[in-house]
Amino acid sequence: MNSIIEIKDVSKAFGGVIANQSISINVAEGGITGLIGPNGSGKTTLFNSIVGHHPIDSGSIKFEGAEISTFKVQQIARLGLLRTFQQTRIYSKMNCVQNMLISIPHRTSGILDMFKAHSPETNERALELLEFVGLFSKRNLIAGDLSFGQQKLLEFAMALMNEPKVLLLDEPTAGINPTLINGLIDRLKMANEQFGVTLFVIEHNMRVIMNLAEHIYCLAHGELLAEGKPDDIQNDQRVVDAYLGAH
Amino acid sequence: MRLSQNSIALYVVVIALGFLASLLFPNELAQISGLVIVVVLIQTWILANKYMSVGQRAFVLYAVVIICGIAAPFAFPNYVTQIAILWLMILFALTWDMMGGQMGYNSLGNIIFFGVGMYASAIVQIGLYYDVAQYTSHAGAVKVQYDWFQYVFGMGLGLIAAAISAVVVAVVLGRVVFGLRGPYFAIGTLGAAIAAGELVGAWDYVGGGGGITMPTFPGSGDERSLFFYFALFGLALFTFAFLKWLYSRRYALAVNAIRDDEDKAEAMGIHTLRYKTVAWAMSAFLLGMSGAVFGNMSGFVEPLEVAFPTITFGIFMVLMALLGGKGTLWGPVLGAVVFHIIKELTWTYFLGWQWVALGMLIIINVAYFQQGILGWAQEKWPDFFGLTVDESDTREAAADASGEASK
Repeated sequence: MNSIIEIKDVSKAFGGVIANQSISINVAEGGITGLIGPNGSGKTTLFNSIVGHHPIDSGSIKFEGAEISTFKVQQIARLGLLRTFQQTRIYSKMNCVQNMLISIPHRTSGILDMFKAHSPETNERALELLEFVGLFSKRNLIAGDLSFGQQKLLEFAMALMNEPKVLLLDEPTAGINPTLINGLIDRLKMANEQFGVTLFVIEHNMRVIMNLAEHIYCLAHGELLAEGKPDDIQNDQRVVDAYLGAH
Repeated sequence: MRLSQNSIALYVVVIALGFLASLLFPNELAQISGLVIVVVLIQTWILANKYMSVGQRAFVLYAVVIICGIAAPFAFPNYVTQIAILWLMILFALTWDMMGGQMGYNSLGNIIFFGVGMYASAIVQIGLYYDVAQYTSHAGAVKVQYDWFQYVFGMGLGLIAAAISAVVVAVVLGRVVFGLRGPYFAIGTLGAAIAAGELVGAWDYVGGGGGITMPTFPGSGDERSLFFYFALFGLALFTFAFLKWLYSRRYALAVNAIRDDEDKAEAMGIHTLRYKTVAWAMSAFLLGMSGAVFGNMSGFVEPLEVAFPTITFGIFMVLMALLGGKGTLWGPVLGAVVFHIIKELTWTYFLGWQWVALGMLIIINVAYFQQGILGWAQEKWPDFFGLTVDESDTREAAADASGEASK
């Protein structure tokens, strides 16, 4: 399978803290790739580097073969590389439908597009995706009034509305109750299969990530510790030690 | 029954107009007839709610506002200027809300565009037939007498110049201050507004701190009041209609997204800088024209009190939008009406204490009533604003439900 994201020797330090040290990762096109590691191992920093949230110190990040490490956040998002946030972020004073409608892809928007009305197709698509994540009945409520779990679902639906090629999910199941988690895993898989979205997922819940991902990378102390199939990772002594704090 | 924003707005407008009307009438008989008018209007409102669709009620509301707007200067000939200022206040509140309410960028410097527009129109209107530097150096010794054509033509050109120059200033200033967020943006724009007043005060070409006298109006005093009343009324109507259209577009959701979470908006690929610049430029366009009209209306333009009055108009525009409910279309209008009435009453009945009363109003507003009139109504009656849970879980079920309801 082709790699849609190629990360090569990426390093990033904040002052004296080395968050990422020459990390190389390939995300397979059309697949689901996992990223695990103990707290503070540099997972979110790597995500932020990929989406252009901060400049990297050295290395290269390629998306569909083109270097993107000098691009700004909006430019990268418009290329079709989108992320969700660990602390769920939605537009809290707008209702769910409005949240969806403004999440359309802005790839080709010209200056006059800002004065366009919402097309019926966009409306229909928004409702369809809200139904997909199970928020259809809550669609007229203000998004900030939803529960945390529902906001996560909304954020996921918004990301799908944007028709990304790759979706970076930062802990999609954190703070969600176990029943809802199963539903969310199903939907992540459906999004991957039906809509053809490549997923790159940070996750702490081992049961979830082993279930979901085809290939997993494990970080520890800012360095790439191990990579492989879920079974290999689960049985890798270095990974177990990292999580139990033997490092 | 779903009560729209329009209906609540109609209710408040009617009560406020009635209150104002009964105070303004000179004797008891007139006050009683004023109250009768209020009762009739409320009755109309009740009937409108009972027998009309949302669209028809909106039509009635707009008709009532427009008829009142046209009739007001003839019904209250002694108060034409005060009511004209009310339309100016509505313009202030609406244009401030475009940035502060809808986009979450609390500008304390929007008054810059008002002043820039005013000076631009002054320069164009005088400069059309005179040498501006020579004119200002004589400090009012030269009287500018225009005939009707010269006056109206000059003012038309002045309005265009005002709008364009305000937009240019907004775009340039935006590049500098849009890097700032939250309180830093507020302080940055406040600094810019104060600096603008001082800079113009030091600019001799436009008369410096001594100001500049505008061309004399060619008609009688009454004609003059009516002329400027309808200029401000028309501009306010145009602004409201424009914003009503604008807020149904993609633009509205994008600037609301910037207000709620700008980092998220960037991460979703929204062209945030483009939206911010266009929002400020449109706000400046409308404020620039307001400034041009008000400059002509006051007849004398001076930097600190008339063109760049940061601590009066500059603060009033923020307060009115907050009072009515920021981030809504009707909120700033209601806020401006209520504020103007309170302001006129305190200036009449608490003279000497009026600034204290106004300060109290600001404190109460910010401490206990942050959501404003419309925001409060929305919290109290969420159903009326359509913030409801739909019983249907799927689109098909919802379609079935609405199909049955209509049978």
